[in-house]
Amino acid sequence: MTDTAARNPRNVRRPRLVRPPDEGWRELVTPEGVDLRLKVASYADRFVALVIDFLIIIGGLIVVTIGLFAVALATKLAPGTEVLGALWLIGIFFVREFYFMAFEVQPRAATPGKRIMGLRVVAANGGRLTANAVFARNAMREIEVFLPLAFVFARGQGVDGALIALGAIWSGVFVIFPLFNRERRRLGDLAAGTMVVKAPKQVLKPDLADTERTASRGLAFTTAQLDAYGVKELHVLEDVLRGADRKAVAEVALRIKAKIGWDGPADIADRTFLNAYYAGLRGRLESRLLFGRRRKDKFDVG
Amino acid sequence: MAELHLKSWRFRAEREADWRRLETLLGRAEKKGPAGLKRDEILEIPLLYRQALSSLSVARSISLDQSLVAYLESLCTRAYFFVYGARTRWPERLAGFFLRDWPRSVQALWRETLISFFLSAVATVAAYILVRRDSDWFYSFIAPDVASGRDPSAATTFLRHTLYDAPKAGQGGLTILASFLFTHNAQICLFSFALGFAFCLPTAALMVLNAGMLGAFIALFVSRDLGFEAVGWLMIHGTTELFAIVLSGAAGFSIGWAAAFPGARTRVDAIGEAGRRAATAMAGVVLMLFVAGCLEGFGRQLIQVDLVRYLIAGGMLILWLAYFYWPRKWPA
Repeated sequence: MTDTAARNPRNVRRPRLVRPPDEGWRELVTPEGVDLRLKVASYADRFVALVIDFLIIIGGLIVVTIGLFAVALATKLAPGTEVLGALWLIGIFFVREFYFMAFEVQPRAATPGKRIMGLRVVAANGGRLTANAVFARNAMREIEVFLPLAFVFARGQGVDGALIALGAIWSGVFVIFPLFNRERRRLGDLAAGTMVVKAPKQVLKPDLADTERTASRGLAFTTAQLDAYGVKELHVLEDVLRGADRKAVAEVALRIKAKIGWDGPADIADRTFLNAYYAGLRGRLESRLLFGRRRKDKFDVG
Repeated sequence: MAELHLKSWRFRAEREADWRRLETLLGRAEKKGPAGLKRDEILEIPLLYRQALSSLSVARSISLDQSLVAYLESLCTRAYFFVYGARTRWPERLAGFFLRDWPRSVQALWRETLISFFLSAVATVAAYILVRRDSDWFYSFIAPDVASGRDPSAATTFLRHTLYDAPKAGQGGLTILASFLFTHNAQICLFSFALGFAFCLPTAALMVLNAGMLGAFIALFVSRDLGFEAVGWLMIHGTTELFAIVLSGAAGFSIGWAAAFPGARTRVDAIGEAGRRAATAMAGVVLMLFVAGCLEGFGRQLIQVDLVRYLIAGGMLILWLAYFYWPRKWPA
């Protein structure tokens, strides 16, 4: 009985493959052998970046149009207005097609909208981003954004209406394409071999373990008190200290004091106490790290 | 009391100046390009970049300051893209494009170009025959707003006028017309490139529709014994424009083909490769359309002699063919 079950693959229950939730980290190993870890940009960030770019384009066009009108009214010359009209038409075309390309071939590889959202375009294989790739990914924008928009704004009766509806559905597939792949690549990204990653500029913040700067010298903790927490809690504490939420600081200080059985001076400020504890805890965890022991969190006592 | 400080604190204190230096240099380089930096500073960047990378590796293994690691990651990523990114200057890149990249990518598309040309030719002939047999077919090929009165019900004298007279005041002047035609055609071409993605079919449909219009127009004018004149009127810019449209169709086909038959590569890789190659050809196509728009807007209205029109048409065609397909050694 067990024999047949083992031989017949249909009877064997295979363990279901459980994928860990994809948080969007992709590895990018430099030629020097260091993994830079890139994070795939979220849908929300990319959408907001697109909206910002469109607002900039539309705003620019309005300003230029008004400017040209003013010039045309001032000169009142027929040939002059004609040239201006031609300029305007060509200008619209170039702005619509080349706004994205012009910004993305620059060293920062991002349009103003993307820069504001901290995004940039990279080659999906980690290589260099070529001008061709930028052209391809933005030429595809034509069917991903403008074609569906054209269908949405088109109006028709009877058969025409049905055709337009079908067209809208068909072109809608292009719009939702990024929802169906792990790198959130749109068609243009696919055709160009690129993807958009979140790579915000970070500023170097002051070191919280600098006890002189935080005026928390002199507060000492026992080893037992420092062994109450692990790396995860340390990082949470860092976030709290770097944040501006005073209520959170007070609450966390209260919890930690209770947990470690704090019996030192009670009149110190919460922030000073937390800074001292952060420095102590980090020192303890880092020295254990040097001996090859990384304590994941407070439950990790092995 | 340095011994009271953490190892990771000292690690940071010793290297922070270098990181900040790299950050300033990168900021300037990203704003103004490499030209914004002095010679020594450019040479400094790769060194600082490698230092920062090694700092990142060390920080990951000894420091639990997550803001420090995040900062180094972002700094190294920026430096990586600067150090290993493309740094060609615009004049060089433009020269490379015209001398090498563009004709080469067009040559690489020769098979698709033939298919695209063949499709257009067949559609033109089919439309021509259909309209010659029964002039009602004309209306199914050409929308009324495109025809603007040039349909089978029009008088021969009117048709003759459209070939030689400048457009009426209502249609705007020559320059506006030229720029309108350019943007219109360029969008059609970008469409046929982009739509190739859906396994070539929409691109093929676009090519056939476009060629059908051409055939129907010619058939209409031939039926009034204006064939020779009409072809001259169309081809003065048409050799350039139709060539551009055929090429954009070819670019679309190459992407569609890669999507349908990726071969040994993964589908995504194949599409990406074909897309980048075709994109080079497409950038040039937009330029061709600009030339065609100028010929159409200015040349056609200013030159009224049929033979000169034919001369220009033939000359442009020979020029393009020689430029694209003349066998040559590629400069590096």
